[in-house]
Amino acid sequence: MTKAKRCFGTPPPGLDLSRLTGALIVIEGPDSSGRSTHVGLLAEWLEQNGYPVVQIGLKRSRLVGNELEAAKEGNVLSPRTMSLFYATDFYDQLENTMVPALRAGSVVLADRYTFTPMARDVVRGADADWLDSLYSKALVPDAVFYLQVSDRTLVDRTLASHGGLDYWESGMDLGLERDWFGSFIKYQRRVRAEFHKLHKRYDFSIVNANRSIDTIHAELKDRVRRVLQSIHPNQSIS
Amino acid sequence: MSPRRRHAGVLIAVEGLDGSGKSTQIHLLHEWLYGLRLRVHFTEWNSSSLVRNATRRGKKKQLLTPTTFSLIHATDFADRYERQILPMLRGGYIVLCDRYIFTSFVRDAVRGCDTDWVRRLYGFARMPDFTLYFRLPLETALGRILEGRPSLKYFEAGMDLGLSNDLTESFRIFQGRIMEQYDRLADEFPFTTIDATRNVYDQQQDVRRIIGEGVDLSQYRTRVPR
Repeated sequence: MTKAKRCFGTPPPGLDLSRLTGALIVIEGPDSSGRSTHVGLLAEWLEQNGYPVVQIGLKRSRLVGNELEAAKEGNVLSPRTMSLFYATDFYDQLENTMVPALRAGSVVLADRYTFTPMARDVVRGADADWLDSLYSKALVPDAVFYLQVSDRTLVDRTLASHGGLDYWESGMDLGLERDWFGSFIKYQRRVRAEFHKLHKRYDFSIVNANRSIDTIHAELKDRVRRVLQSIHPNQSIS
Repeated sequence: MSPRRRHAGVLIAVEGLDGSGKSTQIHLLHEWLYGLRLRVHFTEWNSSSLVRNATRRGKKKQLLTPTTFSLIHATDFADRYERQILPMLRGGYIVLCDRYIFTSFVRDAVRGCDTDWVRRLYGFARMPDFTLYFRLPLETALGRILEGRPSLKYFEAGMDLGLSNDLTESFRIFQGRIMEQYDRLADEFPFTTIDATRNVYDQQQDVRRIIGEGVDLSQYRTRVPR
């Protein structure tokens, strides 16, 4: 018996939520938390177990994905315009990718969902209630895993893999500090604080991502297996 | 919504069906105010350059759903609002808007988006000091459009609603629904309704009288020589 899917609030008009037999699994976390690695590992594992996987993420919509990328390069849009642009990108993927994939029985793996844009926007002064309403038409995921890492781990991993810091991930647009390193730490702390607030409002699991890839992957597999068993009790997964 | 007069400027919006003549009227109003050497700024719906390409592609390829249609217009509006409308108001300008948030309220309602969600989406926008609603019978508006512009575009005709396979017929039904929504908003919000069946000159006299009486125009003289 399949658990019925629902949205946080009223569903988007014209969107049929019946017979969505797939699972929606969300992985959240800052850049360098290992998020994309774990999405990749889970996808591989699920497909080896015979589950079709569809991946979604930020800035991947056909509708506005390219424009969003360009807007980030130029740093010329106001925070509110960016919020709405990200929401457009999200809903395009919800209606045109996620829902059809769930109807086809796929596991949709979301490399970030509504929570990252919400946390980032609140840090930039957006009203939390306004954001809740904006994203109220999103599907409630079957599970959300937030990969949490300490400042130290985040800095070490970021510097090791990129040889520097990213403008947006350092919150340089906020003018917190002239020095990128200091700004990065302050910004990431603020985003993490917002995630903690979101964690209380929306139901999600915090995963300690300071550990090794194998350990985290084993934990995620275990949790995803339980989600799938609750949706498809008669299927087995290694 | 923000109270009136929070900022120094004046916000004037025109709304109405396609073919109601509202763009002509706001153009003439703009010319008049400009000629009086006042601080005046004109802006129109759907014109923010960054969002324009995405909107165009979405429309051309028919990628838009009611929700993304609504959001992409809100994105466009937010960009113009924060970049132009709000700063101009704070700088003490008379800002003229050819269509404002009510255009989204009516279109999104016709496409089935829930009213509360749309209203909250635009909750950041200041209410106009004057909303001039150019009202005319549906058949008159349709006649003006269908006579002059034979090729209707897909979303303009509301084809995404599946009202009819015929473009013209779809446009008729769609415009009828838009009109119903405008009339509802006219009951809810303080619109100034203008009879748009009369000749352009007479309507413009009314518009100028309303603005001339409602705004102390001497406060808005340009401070920069031109």
